Amino acid sequence: MSNDRKTWLAFGVIAVLLAIIGFAQSWNVSLGILNLCIISAVMALGVNMQWGYAGLLNVGVMGFAALGGVSAVLVSQAPIAEAWEASWGRLLLAAISFIATILVSVLCYRKLVPGRMRGLGITLTIVVGLALTRWSFDPAVASIEAIEPAKTGFLGGMGLPIIFSWLFGGVVAAGIAWCIGKVALGLRADYLAIATLGISEIIIAVLKNEDWLARGVKNVTGLSRPVPYEIDLQSSSWFIEAVRWWRSGALAAADDVAQQAMLKQFVIDASSIFVKLCYTGLFAAVLALVLLLSVKALDSPWGRMMRAIRDNEIAAGAMGKDVTRRHLEIFIIGSAVIGIAGAMLTTLDGQFTPTSYQPLRFTFLIWVMVIVGGSGNNMGSVLGGFLIWIVWIEAEPVGVWLMQVGTGWLDESNVLRLHLLENAQHMRLFFMGLVLLLVMRFSPGGILPEVVRKQ
Amino acid sequence: MEAVTDLVNAVVLLLNFVIVPGLSYGSQLALGALGITLVFGILRFANFAHGDTMAFGTMITVLVTWWLQSKGISLGPLPTALLALPAGILLTIALVVITDRSVYRYYRHAKAVPVTFMIASMGVMFMSNGIVRFVIGPNDQRFLDGERFIVSAREFKAATGLSEGLSIKLSQGLTIVIAIILVALLFWFLHKTRTGKAMRAYSDNEDLALLSGVDPDRIVLVTWIITAILATIAGTLYGLDKSFKPFTYLQLLLPMFAAAIVGGIGNPIGAIVGGYVIAFSEVMVTYAYKKVFVYLLPQSLEPEGLLQLLSTDYKFAVSFVILVLVLLVRPTGILRGKLL
Repeated sequence: MSNDRKTWLAFGVIAVLLAIIGFAQSWNVSLGILNLCIISAVMALGVNMQWGYAGLLNVGVMGFAALGGVSAVLVSQAPIAEAWEASWGRLLLAAISFIATILVSVLCYRKLVPGRMRGLGITLTIVVGLALTRWSFDPAVASIEAIEPAKTGFLGGMGLPIIFSWLFGGVVAAGIAWCIGKVALGLRADYLAIATLGISEIIIAVLKNEDWLARGVKNVTGLSRPVPYEIDLQSSSWFIEAVRWWRSGALAAADDVAQQAMLKQFVIDASSIFVKLCYTGLFAAVLALVLLLSVKALDSPWGRMMRAIRDNEIAAGAMGKDVTRRHLEIFIIGSAVIGIAGAMLTTLDGQFTPTSYQPLRFTFLIWVMVIVGGSGNNMGSVLGGFLIWIVWIEAEPVGVWLMQVGTGWLDESNVLRLHLLENAQHMRLFFMGLVLLLVMRFSPGGILPEVVRKQ
Repeated sequence: MEAVTDLVNAVVLLLNFVIVPGLSYGSQLALGALGITLVFGILRFANFAHGDTMAFGTMITVLVTWWLQSKGISLGPLPTALLALPAGILLTIALVVITDRSVYRYYRHAKAVPVTFMIASMGVMFMSNGIVRFVIGPNDQRFLDGERFIVSAREFKAATGLSEGLSIKLSQGLTIVIAIILVALLFWFLHKTRTGKAMRAYSDNEDLALLSGVDPDRIVLVTWIITAILATIAGTLYGLDKSFKPFTYLQLLLPMFAAAIVGGIGNPIGAIVGGYVIAFSEVMVTYAYKKVFVYLLPQSLEPEGLLQLLSTDYKFAVSFVILVLVLLVRPTGILRGKLL
């Protein structure tokens, strides 16, 4: 079967799956899954750029997604004026001494002759610099966190519409990726994987503990939204009229009193679906844009160069391609895309909870999406994002249902039956691993393998 | 006289909160890192599933311990888990040998690149993680019984008359003793037996070893068996010392990788050195030194803050900062392992 037809078929299957969920559970659930599918697809596209185009093994997806998440807070929350007033001088001082420390140690490294003096110089700079930084930083943090710790206790954000955070999240992730790439990209694939895994843990640790930044484990809830609130929709007359017109068939069948009650229920249902559809529209626009750019980039001479570097670094280097620079480039771009997806996810959740970032869900699951979908193929990654997310979510109810059927012959209060039912949800991890291994073994290119173009 | 007592108190304080915990945690990390380094040396890939292999072995041990406890069998002052260990080890060996046969062997014969093995090990990680959570659930489980302490803080204070107490938990003592025995056995095996020598030869130069008639399948099998033994014991000791929670074992993967790489990956002595380096830096950087300085300095110089370099939550971050530094300055690790 040609790849094009396979693509259509695969996405047809996805549509059918979502429709089944819509009919069997509810359209609300189905749309909720669809929204997360789109976000997952964007994340998978980011990983695919790094792994599929360039062969860079980034196991720190979680970290970049969290950076996107925190930018949603930093962009949308209103600034806390008192906190800034209380601390800006010290913060400025801390920032200056921190940056100066880095600059001076880099300068030492570059200008001094290698040897004991250089090591001593760098060590001294770092120790003195960090001590200075903390001397002005610690009181600043204390003064920020002292302001209404139960409600705020952080610096707040820029007070902009949250949708700007998608861009900002990408920029923040790109900036951090630049720092990481400068340090870690010279390493071979295995080291890079372990290094990025570690760096993502560090990012999460910082987000959990630096309360002045985004309240740490106290979470930031009630983020603003780029779409209307359900409660506003339910009280606006145009929306009620629209629902009345849309469901007029069902309403006409009932009498007056029942009609009012029915209409109310219809409006409540419709408002939540309407909000989800708004999100779907926004997310789909981002996905379409990222996908379009990815396809264009992969077909361009730049994409050809990336694939050449991936397939044979030495040959590409011999042809005059700057391998390290190109690697840094693609690492930054891919991370930025992951950051954008992370910001979208936090926007959808409406809250930022650093504890929810777990490597299995945010790093390894995205990897399963890319490998299963087809690494090196953009449509494959999107497909993987959709398919794996649906399986990940639906494995839980299906697993519980299977257990119920399978243990039906046991007594209601049987200990084994209760245990199996309670823990059935964890089997989805097992199932994900199995899918990954099976695809790797029997269809190494994934469901939609990379198309090898012959010039 | 008072100055001497103060000095002794400060030393006891450090022993109690830094040295003893560092030694036992370091031993646990070292045993784990040995498994990673062996797999790397022989099979040549970074095994992401190692943390979950540990969790699996510990889970079996915990289950058998509970069963023994319910039968009223115990080891007196020692934890019953020691009696359950062989069962855990056997089943873990079965698990890793089955995964090798069903997953890794195919790629080995296909001469796949190390990255493929690594991604496959992520799949294995998912599967064993799922099994562990399915069987025992994601929550904290305690399975420690027997004596709690070798030396308890109260007895120590009474015996020495110091104001600071030193407590050594039985699990900590056991960890250190068992780690020493295991490491001694491992080195004896690697250096004195025929199979051990073959393993080292294979790790050093695969082609030459094959040419000399070393059977690769046998080497790989033995490697997995040793890895399973080390992983189960390390996991059980960690569980006895702290508690058993599947997610913690996934997180342990990070410091274990760091230990293996910092020491020099593929080099068993390096893994042990790395384990202690990582453990001690984690404990030392996150310990609040205020009380120590209160003892050491005259009253007028008493420190105001906690004198803690980093909050305890940055434990995992410490190991990775060290890892990145080592990668930058000396990519082969402290003891010159293989360059990945």
